Amino acid sequence: MTSTITLPPKPPALKAESKALDFYYGSFKALKAVSMPVYEHSVTALIGPSGCGKSTYLRCFNRMHDLYPGNRYDGSIELYPDQVNLLHSSVDPIEVRMRVSMVFQKPNPFPKSIFENVAYGLRVRGEKSRSFLEEKVESALKAAALWDEVRDRLDEVAVNLSGGQQQRLCIARSLATDPEILLFDEPTSALDPIATGSIEELIGEIKGKVTILIVTHNMQQAARVSDYTAYMYLGELIEYGPTGDIFMKPKRKETEDYITGRFG
Amino acid sequence: MNNAVSSRTKQLRAIIRSHKRWDTVFGVLGLLAMMVGVLTLAALFTSMAIDGIPRLTGDFFTSFPSRRAGQAGILSAWVGSILVMLVTALFAVPVGIAGAVYLEEYAKKNWFTDVIEINISNLAGVPSIVYGLLALGLFVYAFGFGQSILTAGLTLGLLILPIVIVATRESLRAIPQHVREGAYACGATQWQVVHDHLLPYGTPGILTGVIIALSRAIGETAPIVTIGALTFIAFLPPVPFSGDPPAGMFDWVFSPYTVMPIQIFNWTSRPDPAFHQNAAAASFVLVFMTLGMNGLAIWLRYRLRKNIKW
Repeated sequence: MTSTITLPPKPPALKAESKALDFYYGSFKALKAVSMPVYEHSVTALIGPSGCGKSTYLRCFNRMHDLYPGNRYDGSIELYPDQVNLLHSSVDPIEVRMRVSMVFQKPNPFPKSIFENVAYGLRVRGEKSRSFLEEKVESALKAAALWDEVRDRLDEVAVNLSGGQQQRLCIARSLATDPEILLFDEPTSALDPIATGSIEELIGEIKGKVTILIVTHNMQQAARVSDYTAYMYLGELIEYGPTGDIFMKPKRKETEDYITGRFG
Repeated sequence: MNNAVSSRTKQLRAIIRSHKRWDTVFGVLGLLAMMVGVLTLAALFTSMAIDGIPRLTGDFFTSFPSRRAGQAGILSAWVGSILVMLVTALFAVPVGIAGAVYLEEYAKKNWFTDVIEINISNLAGVPSIVYGLLALGLFVYAFGFGQSILTAGLTLGLLILPIVIVATRESLRAIPQHVREGAYACGATQWQVVHDHLLPYGTPGILTGVIIALSRAIGETAPIVTIGALTFIAFLPPVPFSGDPPAGMFDWVFSPYTVMPIQIFNWTSRPDPAFHQNAAAASFVLVFMTLGMNGLAIWLRYRLRKNIKW
């Protein structure tokens, strides 16, 4: 008689958690009491119709809103394990951005060389050692599945790469600084289906190293890449859960309507 | 049926024909309008070239002004123009760029910055003689800089400051917001964004603006007359930065001077027609200095922009 012991799945560790997060663009309340966990080494997708606040929510995580006047946060985003409130006024947004990096909707490489693009985050941190930079750039480009395509032309201008390559370069730029959380704001909406496929594949590969939060308007994409999904509508979090549950047996009627395409 | 279609076709063709008449009319009028500018300029330039070119010998560039038209040259004038431009650029470029970066990136947008912004645009339209009068009171008398290269350089610097500021702001604005966000997202401070991204990417536009501004300044006469450029200078200022450091290095900025437009003005006002030939020749040189600077601006913009796209 052999007995196989099946261990219960290890509960995922919490990486961040937003608590009663309100956000205002001037007097407009764009987020209403959003409370949601973000689990370590997993992909959390934010879905919902245009204007539902998903990008606004994402941009709270790296304090991007601080760049523009009139924006205000209320509530908190705790970063674990050290339990820093990323939104607290005593926390410098630059410190937040050094821990939480971001990939944007439109690929936005700098008009510099491929090498300098990837090395920029490290340069900002005062890193000067050429060999260290080279090593980091190489490993980031490998992680972003771009190394083989660009290894011989690291000194060429990044803006001459194709759209998909540019976006992978931006992912490499974000990975080079070993962020704790990586934010993706509709990273494939400007790309063709093949480039989209390669970015999705990449997201699956890097989630072992970094916690991922991704905004997408494409529900199939959310279903394909994410472990957890949050459905937002009009600034509110309607439903949050494991991706399978959200797509197969949503608890809320609104979620079901959106998922099945009856709405949105 | 066939008849109906063809009458419709005829009708449409007639309408199009009558509308297209206006294309022809405008084409002719536009060509005439353009010719007014081009032909006038060409005529002026040709007459200047015919009068002046025979005087353009090597001696003309290496001689001081003289009472005898045949021996007079523009040495002190072109050297003066270049030194004044040097001071102008050293003053206007850093101040203008810093001001523009501050206004565009650092300053909070409120009514006060709006007022400043409107005033800067208005300053670009203030007649240059007004700058001359201001400089006479401020630099010549109040600061005691006298009738020197320094006074002239600062005056022209003030004159072109709005142009430099506007050009810099325009080129900073042309940098897409998502590039700034990308840099901030890497953890850059505001100064790092300015220094690592905005200034390098804005350089083609800034440089073009600076050179265009300098090529305007080099031809300015009115403010220079007001602050007392001498019309007859038979010596050169000390070679810049050649004196005993530290103070002696800047002797040259306090030297009296003359500049190309003043020299031209002086020669034109002489009764002897031989001097008018000198004036034409000097004008020819000045026009080429200006064209050269504009050409440089175009070339630099082309070269530097090649690798900057979004």
